[in-house]
Amino acid sequence: MVDLAAEPVLEITGLVKTFGALRATDGVTLDLRPGEIHALIGPNGAGKSTLIHQICGTLRQDGGTIRFAGQDISRTGVAERARLGLGRTFQVSSLAPEFSALRNVMLAVQAKAGSSFRFFKPVMRDRSLLDTAMAMLERVGLAGRADIAAAELSHGERRQLEIAIALALGSKAFLLDEPMAGMGPEGSKRLTGFLDGLRHQAPILLVEHDMDAVFALADRISVLVYGRVIATGTVDEIRRDPAVRTAYLGDHA
Amino acid sequence: MDMTRENIINLVLALLLLVVPLAASQMGQPFTVTLATRIAVLALAATGLNIALGLGGLVSFGHAVFFGIGGYAAGILASHVFSGEPMAFGFEGSNQMALIWIFAVIACGLAGLAIGAISLRTSGVYFIMITLAFAQMVYYFAISWPAYGGEDGLSILVRNQFPGINTMVPLSFFLLCYGVLIVCIGLFALLRNSRFGTALQAARQNEVRVASVGISPYGIRLTAFAISAMMTGLAGALYADLNKFVSPSMLSWHMSGELIVLIILGGTGRLFGPVAGAMLYVIFEFALGGITERWQFFLGLILLGVVLFARGGLIGLLAGKARHG
Ligand SMILES: Nc1ncnc2c1ncn2[C@@H]1O[C@H](COP(=O)(O)OP(=O)(O)OP(=O)(O)O)[C@@H](O)[C@H]1O
Ligand SMILES: [Mg+2]
Repeated sequence: MVDLAAEPVLEITGLVKTFGALRATDGVTLDLRPGEIHALIGPNGAGKSTLIHQICGTLRQDGGTIRFAGQDISRTGVAERARLGLGRTFQVSSLAPEFSALRNVMLAVQAKAGSSFRFFKPVMRDRSLLDTAMAMLERVGLAGRADIAAAELSHGERRQLEIAIALALGSKAFLLDEPMAGMGPEGSKRLTGFLDGLRHQAPILLVEHDMDAVFALADRISVLVYGRVIATGTVDEIRRDPAVRTAYLGDHA
Repeated sequence: MDMTRENIINLVLALLLLVVPLAASQMGQPFTVTLATRIAVLALAATGLNIALGLGGLVSFGHAVFFGIGGYAAGILASHVFSGEPMAFGFEGSNQMALIWIFAVIACGLAGLAIGAISLRTSGVYFIMITLAFAQMVYYFAISWPAYGGEDGLSILVRNQFPGINTMVPLSFFLLCYGVLIVCIGLFALLRNSRFGTALQAARQNEVRVASVGISPYGIRLTAFAISAMMTGLAGALYADLNKFVSPSMLSWHMSGELIVLIILGGTGRLFGPVAGAMLYVIFEFALGGITERWQFFLGLILLGVVLFARGGLIGLLAGKARHG
């Protein structure tokens, strides 16, 4: 399924991050190839979110390199990485709380257009912004909530909104930190179907605890325990891996 | 413009500020006209600060620096016309407000860029302190610089001129200031609803979100800080002409604090917050200032009440929570 010979979109090599004595990321090497969903699983506190933060630049690694779209971005700032095409969602959603869902997406649309230094035209009468943003909300099934302030959306809706924002950015890779959390079974199912199609637009590094979703979606899975990748492989390989079974999967496999 | 409750309140405030001095002038009460002018000019200065503070969440405790630079632009340019001594490059100064405003706005834009470029590398309390430090530096510079009056300040012997208007007539000068205020409030409204305003307000709400869509908050904030400085500087030029006097007190931290107080009283980030705040402040100063020297103590009490019980200031109290679209 995944073309392992293809040039990786994202390539992480020997990444290290310590918090005091804790090695939250301990020599992590992994990559993301065109068209794939690469799931990153692991117990609570394994360092999954810490890894995503380093890839996006919201945390700076202590060692190792990150390459994206053919260039070294290890020292690049958050905004610059986003402009290069890294789109993400947060485990604890991160939105402009006072703005409506629509205006949150519009921010992404204008960012993508590189037009944030326009001072006069009212955005709420700007068809090009409104229509694009609305289309993104429709794609994630949030069009009916466009006027609601982000702070007033439910947990699951905020997740969807973050995905709409990443879509609006036209990202070349998506980093999704537990997008199913707080969605409920119905929502999870819908989102699973959605992500299945999304991989063809851009590859996805998917952090997720919902194993049904992971097994349904992942082309490859990496298992992170105490900051180390203990195994990487296809769904079947990971299900069979004895180290993974003892360390993490338990009776789930 | 749809007639939300806030828009109606804004309209009422705008009319009130216009009608009262018109009536007072009819009834031969020029002092009331002067009070209204003071409200208009302070509201203008605070509208400038409201761009940085209200929209951007940048608590500048040094905006008096721009107010003062604007004031000195008026004072210095006018003083050369009066003395007949040319300034640099044989330029003779000016007593034309339009030209003075351009000088004031450019000078404040540059000062805003310089101060902002350094201050915006910090945030929170550090930002407050560093903007204060810059303002204090300029304040002490003005005090110790004898060429333009030093500590004593500089008088503008004849109010500067504006084509087609006799600026010495209190009502005419008021109308000029009022016009400038309304234009600048209009600019504030445009800015707030623009793409730039979206990015600026989003950076206040959640800096990481803005960076994560690929917009660098620093550039947005620096631009906002400079625009904010320019508007406050324009107000400074008018303030000097109102008082026909400029002194280092316009640069002092009291002045910076006063501008912040105006905004908080009226409603942070609200379109007419600065107008409402300036009205309250000036009326309060006038009403209580006559009775007790300690009127600022009572002002402090009111401020405390606003911060504790009415976070949206007067506009918030009357119109409810802000809507952001
Ligand atoms: N800023 C920080 N300072 C100190 N320790 C931190 C910090 N961020 C994370 N940690 C620690 O690093 C470890 C990894 O945390 P991280 O949030 O990356 O785990 P996770 O795999 O995302 O867990 P979960 O599944 O619960 O989301 C944890 O032990 C956490 O307590
Ligand atoms: Mg996590």
